Amino acid sequence: MNTNKNSYTFIYASIVVIIVAFLLAFVSSALHSRQQRNIDLDKMKQVLASLNVTGVKDAEATYKQYIVSEQLLAENGTVVTSTKPYQMGAAGDNGCAFKCSIADILTKRPVYVASVDGQTKYVFPLYGNGLWGPIWGYVSLNADKQTVYGVYFSHDSETPGLGAEITNHEKFQVPFGGKHVMKDGRVALSVVKNGNVKDAEFEVNGLSGATFTSKGVSDMLQKDLNAYAAFLKAESNQ
Amino acid sequence: MSLFSKKNKEVFTAPLGKNNPVTVQVLGICSALAVTAQLKPAIVMGLSVTIIVALSNLVISLLRKTIPNRVRIIIQLVVVAALVTIVSELLKAFAYDVSVQLSVYIGLIITNCILMGRLEAFAMSNGPWESLLDGLGNGLGYAKILVIVAFIRELLGSGCLFGYRVIPQWCYDHGYLDNGLMLMPPMALIIVGCIIWWQRAHNKDLQEQ
Repeated sequence: MNTNKNSYTFIYASIVVIIVAFLLAFVSSALHSRQQRNIDLDKMKQVLASLNVTGVKDAEATYKQYIVSEQLLAENGTVVTSTKPYQMGAAGDNGCAFKCSIADILTKRPVYVASVDGQTKYVFPLYGNGLWGPIWGYVSLNADKQTVYGVYFSHDSETPGLGAEITNHEKFQVPFGGKHVMKDGRVALSVVKNGNVKDAEFEVNGLSGATFTSKGVSDMLQKDLNAYAAFLKAESNQ
Repeated sequence: MSLFSKKNKEVFTAPLGKNNPVTVQVLGICSALAVTAQLKPAIVMGLSVTIIVALSNLVISLLRKTIPNRVRIIIQLVVVAALVTIVSELLKAFAYDVSVQLSVYIGLIITNCILMGRLEAFAMSNGPWESLLDGLGNGLGYAKILVIVAFIRELLGSGCLFGYRVIPQWCYDHGYLDNGLMLMPPMALIIVGCIIWWQRAHNKDLQEQ
């Protein structure tokens, strides 16, 4: 057969593309629910990691054990909706904090209320930019809404050994514990250049060699936690 | 024709040594710089590339007599991209932790020059079994260099291997410092250069007149 004919080339290319398209569409839709479930379980593990609960085997059970409710807040800090942990259905995915998309963090203000050893903790989602791509995380505050209980950070494509070290629990995340968040109504919790900590109450040492990723974490904390300013202040006035 | 004839063995072993894709053909350098700051991603990347090269070599070799000459590169690319996407989707569904670790690297596989190089140079003109062996050989040859470079970079750059500290604390107490430059991509290029230098010095066949 003459494989150099125009008609043959056209037909061949069309058939290949159609087969591949069907194949990919089939694989994608066949695996979608399973993938979504994995993403949800991973998110639960991340929330738990910010509460210093790690090495989780059954993410969903542990999540429901620690998390009391998932809430969406109004700008003035009042609770708009409060749902049971990982409860889908009635209100639909749009109404619950767990499924709140990253684009809506600043406007819907999701917060996870947890109970660790009888103590109330609040977990806030964070989303920002690192050097090469998105970074995200969760920060948990103690019941006073003022001091950090734990943090969890992750990233998409930061440099291994440098920016990617924001995932290093001992080196980068542990020092956040006990820091204060708000100062004069603004978020003062920040990451500064390694060795430049002036106010140890609010500042955490950055990673040397990863200035931009460290700054990204700092900006992310300030931007996203500021959205909760009213909520965080409400308690401290009481 | 036996499956493990001398020629087939040669097809498999040459890329591990004298015809290494990275140090001799100088392909896949970009990812060799990007993922070798630590051993773990280097090994994962090496294995992923091995699997994808072997499979795409096999598929293209099976199709090779039907592929129209003028669109062959596009067909190769479609096959590679489809394979990478399917593997990535499968990982997301069945091995989520691994897929999280691979994150960007899995996309990088599509653009790896070794794939197109092997498809065009070997799979288009050889049978499926030879092509499969060639793919495995080249993938492992690539992985070998990645692991060597990552070993040197992680050891000297952060004093760790697989994330575990191996340089004892008393070295640091006596003034030893990790070489931060090792974690930067330029150092990977220099190490690859040193490996090429060493290999050429020991291999008379590779030296130009």
